[in-house]
Amino acid sequence: MEDLLRDFLPVIIFLGLAIALGLVFIFAALIIAVRNPDPEKVSAYECGFNAFDDARMKFDVRFYLVSILFIIFDLEIAFLFPWAVAFKDVGLVGFWSMMVFLGVLTVGFAYEWKKGALEWA
Amino acid sequence: MTVADYAFYLFAILLVASGLFTVVARNPVHSVLWLILTFLSASGLFVLLGAEFVAMLLIIVYVGAVMVLFLFVVMMLDVDFAQLRGGMAKFMPFALLIGIVVLMQLSIAFGDWTAADGSQALRAAVTPDLTEVHNTAALGQLMYDDFLLLFQLAGLILLTAMIGAIVLTLRHNPNVKRQNVMAQMHRDPAKAMELKDVKSGQGL
Amino acid sequence: MTSVDFSIVLPEFLLAVYALAALLFAVYTGKDKTAGLISWLTAAVFVVLAILIGSRSTGAQSAFNGMFVDDAFARFAKVGILLAGAAVLAMSQDYLKKHDMLKFELPIIVALSTIGMMVMVSAGDLMALYMGLELMSLALYVLASFRRDSTRSSEAGLKYFVLGSLSSGLLLYGASLTYGFAGTTNFAGILSVVKDGAPLGVLFGLVFMITGMAFKVSAVPFHMWTPDVYEGAPTPVTAFFATAPKLAAMALFARVLHDAFGGISSDWSQVVALIAVASMFLGAIAGIGQKDIKRLMAYSSISHMGFALIGVASGTVGGVQAALIYMAIYIVMNIGTFAFIMTMERDGQPVTEIKALNSYWKVSPTKSLAVLFLMFSMAGVPPMVGFFGKLAVLQAAVEANMTWLATAGVVASVIGAFYYLRVVYYMFFGSDVEPLDDTKGGVANIAVLVVGLIMLVGIINLFGVDTLALTAAEALVR
Repeated sequence: MEDLLRDFLPVIIFLGLAIALGLVFIFAALIIAVRNPDPEKVSAYECGFNAFDDARMKFDVRFYLVSILFIIFDLEIAFLFPWAVAFKDVGLVGFWSMMVFLGVLTVGFAYEWKKGALEWA
Repeated sequence: MTVADYAFYLFAILLVASGLFTVVARNPVHSVLWLILTFLSASGLFVLLGAEFVAMLLIIVYVGAVMVLFLFVVMMLDVDFAQLRGGMAKFMPFALLIGIVVLMQLSIAFGDWTAADGSQALRAAVTPDLTEVHNTAALGQLMYDDFLLLFQLAGLILLTAMIGAIVLTLRHNPNVKRQNVMAQMHRDPAKAMELKDVKSGQGL
Repeated sequence: MTSVDFSIVLPEFLLAVYALAALLFAVYTGKDKTAGLISWLTAAVFVVLAILIGSRSTGAQSAFNGMFVDDAFARFAKVGILLAGAAVLAMSQDYLKKHDMLKFELPIIVALSTIGMMVMVSAGDLMALYMGLELMSLALYVLASFRRDSTRSSEAGLKYFVLGSLSSGLLLYGASLTYGFAGTTNFAGILSVVKDGAPLGVLFGLVFMITGMAFKVSAVPFHMWTPDVYEGAPTPVTAFFATAPKLAAMALFARVLHDAFGGISSDWSQVVALIAVASMFLGAIAGIGQKDIKRLMAYSSISHMGFALIGVASGTVGGVQAALIYMAIYIVMNIGTFAFIMTMERDGQPVTEIKALNSYWKVSPTKSLAVLFLMFSMAGVPPMVGFFGKLAVLQAAVEANMTWLATAGVVASVIGAFYYLRVVYYMFFGSDVEPLDDTKGGVANIAVLVVGLIMLVGIINLFGVDTLALTAAEALVR
């Protein structure tokens, strides 16, 4: 347990460094930078026009399909990690159970390919 | 207090605070960013528990993938969030009441923190000895053999999610010209074009 | 894993293989042109599997370290689920074709959710329970919004999804509390740990799990999604919702309470009884004002779930037997009623208004008579089959010294009878309106007549369901 946490020491150092550096940049900009705002300077600028509408625009639902398919295969990959780590211990049953699992999702992949879900438009 | 204790309080406070900001943030995109911080703190807590695989999974799957999906969804919906939030003040007292009741009930359960006799032995009986193996390896040893049924069901659930997402959102635009590879490969120049000898001074 | 484990899950395995094969076959051949074929094939596979499971007569067997239990109770529920699924698929064909919803994914999603239900009723472990439940629910969320261009169907799907995931969360929270305090997720293990009194934490877990499962059977106070989802979802999907998943959830309810918490039945029987009474009364009273027949069926199903829960609350062999008989009858009645709703149309457009049924007997006297039998049976008017279902649960309650529960059941069934009889009144005595089309032929029309006949013929011996239910109940309550 203690060993495990010691293994994560570099991660903690990295995290601390990242936070410190981020704070330094923010505060440096606050303290050192010359700031001289006026209303024209801070207004939104769009090729010489005033902004027409909100910058937030609706995304196409197709992005959603792509990302949900990504998540599904991401989860599939997540199941592979413990399998790979324990590969020597899982035995024949473990090996084939992973093959069946991958097979099921490959059927899904074949379905989505043939269905045209991977094509844009 | 050891370093681990400090780390626990750091992550725990961060988790609760960012969870709160997820709910109260005005801008939904900010909510998603706060939620990312929540997941990161939770994964820190998992590391402290020694469950590093779950911690990394939280970062890969939730922070890496689910949050991207959340951002898409937030951007996709044409909802006036300020208006939605207007209802919040109305239901807040009621929601708080329920929250407090649940909290009190759970604190009763916490006060009576006695697990059943023999529960510790039952818990230990199924897991490999964690002083011997790594927790990711321990998971691996259990999941693909002892929990084979559950593992395969997880595969079916993912398949259902895939079919469902495609059935509900996939639309084919009929006005798009698509590439047909087989047709391209079997194209015969002799049939595809015709050479005409046009005499000078005459049209076709 | 041994070959014995494998042979126990053979039906589920076969259904999964079929679903995968059908998916690949359809997408690589005619896509939606094969939808009709796939639907019939799926219904046929369901029937074959039901025969396969029904003909197994081995005692209780468990596979995968007790994670999956195959006993008479599971087999009873599975046969019911499979036959209900097959019937719904068969009778929906014409409706789906006519309203352009016949996609080949529909029967495949139904098959996948059926696998989930089969795992649910066979669960011997909290984790198996959850995986089965999620597989079923995920497929049902998709089915609810299957008509994706209709706002109501999308709304139904979204509502079902949001509230359904909330209930899944509650169930999971309860399961984790139970695991934390009992030290195991295995039902047999939990039973042995809590046999002399459960720690408070386990009781909390139990209550959270009851909440989650009450949601799935749409019992009050977790019923709010039911009317909207029933109304918004396409009628064939609603027919499916009202039959197979209800039986699966009710069987799961009984299994968790008896297999894992059988030793502390005094702790849960009051909670379940309270849910039962609330469901019966709310279903009976709120249904009165309904104008849409699908919403009416939603409240009717809430009320029926209350009656079935009486049997579960009794906590005896007789109680579980009565609940199973009640569920079997409920499913048959719902198949008939929804088959009728699918045939209700005017100028080719589906109609679900109750008022549209005015003077329906002039349009089709035989179907009106069949619906009369169905409605009388739903109301529990003797001598229809539905009466014997109600009688069984009320008897079970009296035998378990819960006379107050039985009294409440009688009162609720009298109140509930009003809206069933009102439908009949409209059909035979209602003022003239523009009449509905007289649809003829098709499986749905035959189903209405056949089920109407069953309501009358079944009173001879209930087709032996009661003895089968007794064997099932004896396998569960030990």
